[in-house]
Formats: sequence, structure tokens, C-alpha cells
Amino acid sequence: MPATALDAVLNTPNVWRGRNCATVATPSLPTGYAELDLLLPGGGWPAGALTEIYVERPGIGELQLLMPAAARLTRDALWLAMIGPPYVPYAPALAACGVHLQYLLMLRSQSPDEQAWACEQLLLSGNCGAVLIWLEHLQERTLRRLQHAAERSGSIAILYRSRRAQPFSAAALRLHVGRNDGRTVISILKRRGGGAPPPVQLDLYGSLTRRSATMPLSRGPAETPRLQAAH
Amino acid sequence: MLWLAVRLPYLMLEQHARGAVTATPLAVAESTALTARLLLCNAAAHASGVRSGMTAASALTLCANLGIVNRNPAAERQALECVAAWACQFTAQVSIAGETELLLETGGSMRFFGGLEVLHTTIERGLQELGYTARLACAPTPLAAQWFVRMPTPLHILRLDELHGALEHVSASSLQHLPATAALERFGIHNIGACLKLPRDGLARRLGQGLLDEIDRALGRLPDPRPLFTPPVQFDSTLTLPAPTAQAEALLFAGHRLYAELRGYLTATGQGAQRLEFTLHHERRPHTRFTLNLVAASRDPAHLLVLLRERLAVLKLPQPATAIRLACTQQQPLDAESHSFLPDAQAQVEAATRLLEKLRARLGDTAIHGLRSFADHRPEHAWRASPPDERAATNMTFAPGERPLWLLPQPQVLREHDAVPQYDGPLTLLGGPERIESGWWDEQPVARDYFVARCPQYSLLWIYRERSANARWFLQGIFS
Repeated sequence: MPATALDAVLNTPNVWRGRNCATVATPSLPTGYAELDLLLPGGGWPAGALTEIYVERPGIGELQLLMPAAARLTRDALWLAMIGPPYVPYAPALAACGVHLQYLLMLRSQSPDEQAWACEQLLLSGNCGAVLIWLEHLQERTLRRLQHAAERSGSIAILYRSRRAQPFSAAALRLHVGRNDGRTVISILKRRGGGAPPPVQLDLYGSLTRRSATMPLSRGPAETPRLQAAH
Repeated sequence: MLWLAVRLPYLMLEQHARGAVTATPLAVAESTALTARLLLCNAAAHASGVRSGMTAASALTLCANLGIVNRNPAAERQALECVAAWACQFTAQVSIAGETELLLETGGSMRFFGGLEVLHTTIERGLQELGYTARLACAPTPLAAQWFVRMPTPLHILRLDELHGALEHVSASSLQHLPATAALERFGIHNIGACLKLPRDGLARRLGQGLLDEIDRALGRLPDPRPLFTPPVQFDSTLTLPAPTAQAEALLFAGHRLYAELRGYLTATGQGAQRLEFTLHHERRPHTRFTLNLVAASRDPAHLLVLLRERLAVLKLPQPATAIRLACTQQQPLDAESHSFLPDAQAQVEAATRLLEKLRARLGDTAIHGLRSFADHRPEHAWRASPPDERAATNMTFAPGERPLWLLPQPQVLREHDAVPQYDGPLTLLGGPERIESGWWDEQPVARDYFVARCPQYSLLWIYRERSANARWFLQGIFS
């Protein structure tokens, strides 16, 4: 067998090569964070596959992680759908990240089944660049359906869940987002091509976390002003 | 002029039967003071031995599950008017003639629809889709067309000079001038062709001028103006179901029939539906109503059917439905669809609109929205939900300071301990203060000092302190 043919075989994402991740030509969209891109099989968020993101707690940069990709998709006039976000996505902040707001679509529904259905419809329509869905209680079957819909669509599908990670999942890529001393720590639980690389630390908020502010004076002269320095 | 006569011989039966997917034995009866006699029965009833003319009681002994409906001339007239409105898509001149006949002037529009043959097939298929069996005949005069369509094998005569000869096949019983019909039978004249050979003055003297006038109208020698049908301003059609049903598939089938009618009506008037109101009738419960709102006007039955399917999927019926009514209460002018050579942006926008409508039909109109930012310093006023299809291309960036990606729906009061705000422990301030004092003009003034804070578990929060007497701390956003 010629060497090139062997390379081609080895580079398919289905071949497990020990600790080295095969470099695969999975169509992907760069995340906008070079350190993270290095760890992902296609060099970015995989298109046509479900990505699961386990978030340790809200407010550690889990949405910021998607913003460069979101900005790029909406700039190309593709829709970005958010299904059942836990809070209100704040329009001025999204716009400041470069997201074109007219391509945002918010969906809210009481029942998880309806949300999963809407997600499937959005993926299959082919109009959406990315679908972000927040779902907690999810059956394995639903997860497989979403993965299947993502495969057929070629869109980016991101499923946000809280940190209770299930041992197995049909998702093609599984990430865990945690926080360590002001930096966001991303560990890869599962990726195509195998291997478990060491976690990567990203500085998503840059200067924001390294600044310090003075605790304002409390009301009333009797209380002593208290200063609190930042780390 | 070329008149096409459309006859719906089974209208009284089919207006009841067309709502059902599978044919169940069904008959139409006319009640007299003493007994109910069947006027017409469908093939399923015919197969079990039921014949028209039987009494209802004897028909029921032959076929126990026979459904018998009373004849309702008013409903028949309404159904015929709906078909007339549907037929307006083929020509502007449609006239209702009698209880089961329509006249369409197709001489002007024949070429547009691809010739006479194609037009006839299109109309026949279209009527089949509505659930009606039709007979068609054409003639240069409306009366001759009506005569031809009542014959066992309808004739198609295109030229005026062929008309004279063709009348030989028309039975004298077709004449409206009834006393004349009986007299002609006594003379031994059975068809109109033979009647034409009689001397005109003698015929007029014996049987009256009316008979001659009628024949002259049929031959085009006398004018025969017909009242033209005008489509109603609003589409409103009711379909009675032969048996009450609660199955989504059965209701969808009925919806399909109604949509076919609606499409004809909308094509005729050059409109697209924007708002469709459905009413499901029940036997002993108040009607179930629901509305389909369309983002963009449409008259594509396939698309509208998808929307109906999604709505029916989440609809709870208190009882099986006995009838379904569709009213198009809002419509908009819509151009005919143009086919593009390349898959262009227009098609993509249309696909997007269809997706939105599908989602809204299932999840409700308020479940989907877009986001807009507004130039206001007050954080809660700097964004608004907008209709998802709004294509205002303003991407205004108005971010004077650090803004979080998550905003709490309502600011949440934070506990204080030793004058330090708490959220899973004491908060550490990282950025701020940013003072926002605004909104005195619209009764919702704010005066706050905003800070970026970090909780012990490293979440970044956006908090503020009121600049008022009690100076409480609030959590308003999360840097996600």
C-alpha cells in the first residue's frame, strides 16, 4: 500500500491512534481561540455534528467561547438560534462582540420535547449556521436524534448542560468548561480521532478580571469603609 | 365565445362525503311528511344493495352502517358558490346556472392554460381534488353547453356552424319550456334537431313563441346574457364531516380539501392568505377555534398544510369534530410565483420564512423572537424583543462600558454582610464604578453605580448599587 493511501486511512476520524489526535478534514469553523483550535479535530467547532458543553456554573465564559464563531456566522447572513437560554441574552453585549443581531433567533418553550423538536427543525432547515440549545433532562434517544439532525444539516449544534456529565453520549465532541483563578479551563472529554489532551486555559475576559475596584463607601458615617483588593 | 358547462351531478352527496378519506356507505334522503326517501347513494352503499328511491328504513335493513343525511339545498348552494369562486381562477366570466351547473367562458383563457384539452383536464382534476365528480361539455352558446352537459355522453362543439347538426342528439326533454316538451312528445318529436325541421310559424302558433326563443338562444340567434358570479370579499367555507372525528389525519384530509378551494379563490383574486381562522364544530361543546398567522402571505397548499399539521399536533379537542370551517380573514395581494434559473437569495428567504411559520404554528406566536439593541443607557431598556422576521439592518453598537452576555430578567437583590454584597460568598469588585443616571423623562428613572464583581467560585457578575436612601445591591447580569 502506498504511504499516501495509508495516511489517508489513518487520517479519517474513525481511526483511533492512541494519544495522537488524527488531523481530520472535518468541516469546522475556527473558534477564534488558537489554543482551543489546536485541540479540536477539525481546528474549530465541528459543523454537522453535535457538540456538548458541560458548564460547571454559569458566568465562567461559556457563551463568550462561542462569540467569535457567532460573529462570523451572522456576518455571513446565517442564522444563530438560541433555544431556551437560562437568562436573557443581552443584545448590546452581543452586538459589541460583533454579532449581527438581525440574524439572531430566540426560542422559548416550556417543554423540553418541543425545544428538541424546534432544534431538529432548525438544524434540518439548513438556514441556521449554528443552533445553541440549553437542555437539562434529555433522553439518550433525543440526543441521538439531535446528533443525526446535525449530521444531515452541516450546521453547528451546541448543547449546553450543567456539569453533571453523563458517562457516555452520542455527541461528536464533548467539552467541560470550568474556571481556575480567573481563567476559563476547557477540558476535552471526547473528540473524534481520540486522545485526551491536557486541558487548555483561556483568558476570555482579559483585562476585566485583572482590574481592581474599591468597594464603595457604605451609607452612614458609623460604619467603617472597607477596602477589598482583587487578586 | 366558448362556454364550458360544468355539471356536478352528485353535489348533494359529495358535499357531505368529500370530507372523509375512506368512503363509508352514505346516502342523501329527502323527508316528506310520512317517510324519508333516498335520493342518491354512494358506491359503498350501492354495493350493499341500497338504491335511490328506497325508503330510509328499507335501506337501513340492507346496510346497517349506512349514514343518511338530509338534503340541504341551502348548503348545496353554498358549496356550489365555493366551487364557482374556485373556478374564477380559470376565467373572469363564471355564472351559476341551476342547482348543479356552472358556466365558464373559456374562449379567452383557453390558450393561456395550454389549450382546450389541457384546460378540461386541469378543471376535472381540480374538482377531483375538491372532492367532486364533474361532467364537462362545451359549446359556443351557454344554453347549448348546458344541454350538452346533461347528455349521457357530453358533447364538445367548438364552432357555431356545427351546432345545428349537434342539436339532433339533444333530447327534447332538455327544453325548459315545459308545456312544449310534453306537446312535442305527443307530436312524436324526440329531439331538438327534428323540432328545427318543423315550420317556425306553425310551431310558434301552436306551442308559443317561448319555445322558438329558447332554441334561437341556443343557436346564438338571440342574445343570452348570464348573470356573472363575483367571488366574495372573504373566503369562508365549511366542510361537514360524514362522521365525527378527532383524528389529526382525518382533519388534515378535510383541511387539504379546504386548502384546494382556498388556493383557487386566492389565485382568482390575486391574493395570498395572511391569517387563517379555523373553527371545529362539535356536537355538544362550544366550537374549537384556532388561528394560523403567516409571516408572509402564501397560497401554497403544501406549506399551509404543514402549518396545520403542526397546529393540530398540539391541539386538544374536547370532542370529535363534526365540521371544519376555514375563513381567510386577512389577505394580501400576491404576485404569481416566478421560477428562478439559479437558486437565489429569494428562495432562501422564503425557506426561512416557512421555517419560522412552522415553528410558530407549533410553539405559539410568542415563543419566537429576535433581539434588537436600543440606544439607552439603562441596561434593561437597551434591548428589546422584536419580530423574528424584521429585517431592519441596523447593527447599532452602543456599549459604553463592559456589558455582560447574560442579563437577569429582573435584577435580583443581593444580601449584604459587613457592607459586602454576597452571592455564594462575599463578592470581590473588579471593575467600576460606572454610574448610570438616566430615564427621568419616562417615569422609570435609574440612578445606579455598576461594578463587575467576582464571586468565590469565579463567576463574573454585573452588579449595581442603588443611589438612594437604602442603597441596596442588585445582581443584574452574568458575564458568561
